[in-house]
Amino acid sequence: MADPIVEVTRLTKFFKTLKAVDEVSFRLEPGEILGFLGPNGAGKTTIIHMLLGLTTPTSGSIKVFGLDLEKHRSEILQQANFSSTYVSMPYSLTVKESLEVFAWLYDVRRKEEKISELLRIFEMEGIRNKEVRHLSSGLITRLNLAKALINSPKVLFLDEPTASLDPDIADKTRTLLRRIKKERGISIIYTSHNMKEMEEISDRIIFLHKGRIIASGKPADVVQSFRRQNLEEVFLQLARGEKA
Amino acid sequence: MSLHRIIALFMRHIYLYRRSLPRLMEIFYWPFLDLLLWGFISLYLVRYRENLPNFVAFLLGALILWDILFRSQQGISVSFLEDIWARNFLNIFASPLKPLEYVVSLMLVSSVKIIIAGTIMSLLAWLLYSFNIFLLGISLLPFILSLVILGWAIGIITISLILRFGQQAEVLAWGLALLFQPVSAVFYPVSVLPPALQAIARFIPASYVFEGMRGIIHTGSFPHHELIQSFALDTAYIGVAFLFFCLVMKTVKKRGLLAKIGE
Ligand SMILES: Nc1ncnc2c1ncn2[C@@H]1O[C@H](COP(=O)(O)OP(=O)(O)O)[C@@H](O)[C@H]1O
Ligand SMILES: [Mg+2]
Repeated sequence: MADPIVEVTRLTKFFKTLKAVDEVSFRLEPGEILGFLGPNGAGKTTIIHMLLGLTTPTSGSIKVFGLDLEKHRSEILQQANFSSTYVSMPYSLTVKESLEVFAWLYDVRRKEEKISELLRIFEMEGIRNKEVRHLSSGLITRLNLAKALINSPKVLFLDEPTASLDPDIADKTRTLLRRIKKERGISIIYTSHNMKEMEEISDRIIFLHKGRIIASGKPADVVQSFRRQNLEEVFLQLARGEKA
Repeated sequence: MSLHRIIALFMRHIYLYRRSLPRLMEIFYWPFLDLLLWGFISLYLVRYRENLPNFVAFLLGALILWDILFRSQQGISVSFLEDIWARNFLNIFASPLKPLEYVVSLMLVSSVKIIIAGTIMSLLAWLLYSFNIFLLGISLLPFILSLVILGWAIGIITISLILRFGQQAEVLAWGLALLFQPVSAVFYPVSVLPPALQAIARFIPASYVFEGMRGIIHTGSFPHHELIQSFALDTAYIGVAFLFFCLVMKTVKKRGLLAKIGE
């Protein structure tokens, strides 16, 4: 098997006495979409932030591209990127300007070309000179995703990227992500509390609850292991604390 | 350190100012009002006390210099707040950006704002009161630089505190520099301070600058000694400020506060 893109071993995070992430281990394989699923407070965002070196783990190890994150953070992040519904782009800049800033930040070669390409993919050419503050949340999400691809990353960390979108746009966004993954072989870690979304987009899912992995595998297998019809039911069962 | 990342963040702020009239105004607004107010007050005082010929020079000189320090500090803290207000902070820190690069980019933004504001103020002082700050000599430039560096140090401490304590600490963005004013001997000599404050003033780089400025106006001779002392202190201040920033960054990452900032 090829070397994993991300390898996490017994990752644990305490916030004071709260165990937000509890001995989590997993691997992200090349070209894979790995979905982190779980109710609010399950620890999904905390894991993403630890993968980006924005939050320091209490214990455990994180390796990305075979490199230790703590020692090689800058090097790793040069080839990774991130998007979240809860993060925006500079409000007062135009779509194009904000992408330019990130093109510089990631030292992208042929910046103009790259930006044009992304604007085309995300169908934002018509609004390239519009200020970010005037964009709808759907457009801001798309701009965030465009930003996340600016450095042609090998791995993407997406924290609830479709949370603020209406179902139609969310669906389009997922289709787009699948296409990008297929065409460019990007590996993706994706979080959501939307079951249906996870079944649809993920190659493999990890089910988190109170910081712990309680199930993992192909979406269909996870559902099976809980002897339920779909992830929705599994989710409800867990969230309500019933025994599997 | 990587130049392209510094350029990226610098561009972000230049775009912002190019695009936002209120922000552009902010660069000129306060300096302009300060200058009007204090300029006329000093003209008025001189009219009634002609035995104080240097009064206008003292007051306006002090005012312009103090404003430079204040702008320098604001240049750092306001630029930092812009990214928090825009909820853009995580996007920036999820990039390969290093703390030093971030701080340097803020210094750069701050420098540009000061150069613009300083030029406008000096020009206005000359137009309104025929006060030419550069008559004090090009010798003033190193003193200005010393104040700018102190402003940076205060600015870096300010943003560290906001990072650590969140928005409730935002008032500091507007206030921390003022804490230095009484002991910086801006409008009066260090000798009028009580002994305890005099002792503190000896550790404030700005006190040497303002003493030096008055020295130039009084005697016309260049105060080398003061300048060296202020730069030595500046170096220590900026070093400590940066270390403090790095330390706070570590704590903030431990507590997972980077994502919480601005909430
Ligand atoms: N900076 C923090 N300080 C204290 N507790 C936190 C912090 N960040 C997250 N938590 C807590 O950690 C748990 C996991 O949060 P999070 O990772 O955001 O969950 P999710 O993204 O799955 O909704 C929650 O109980 C949350 O309240
Ligand atoms: Mg979350």
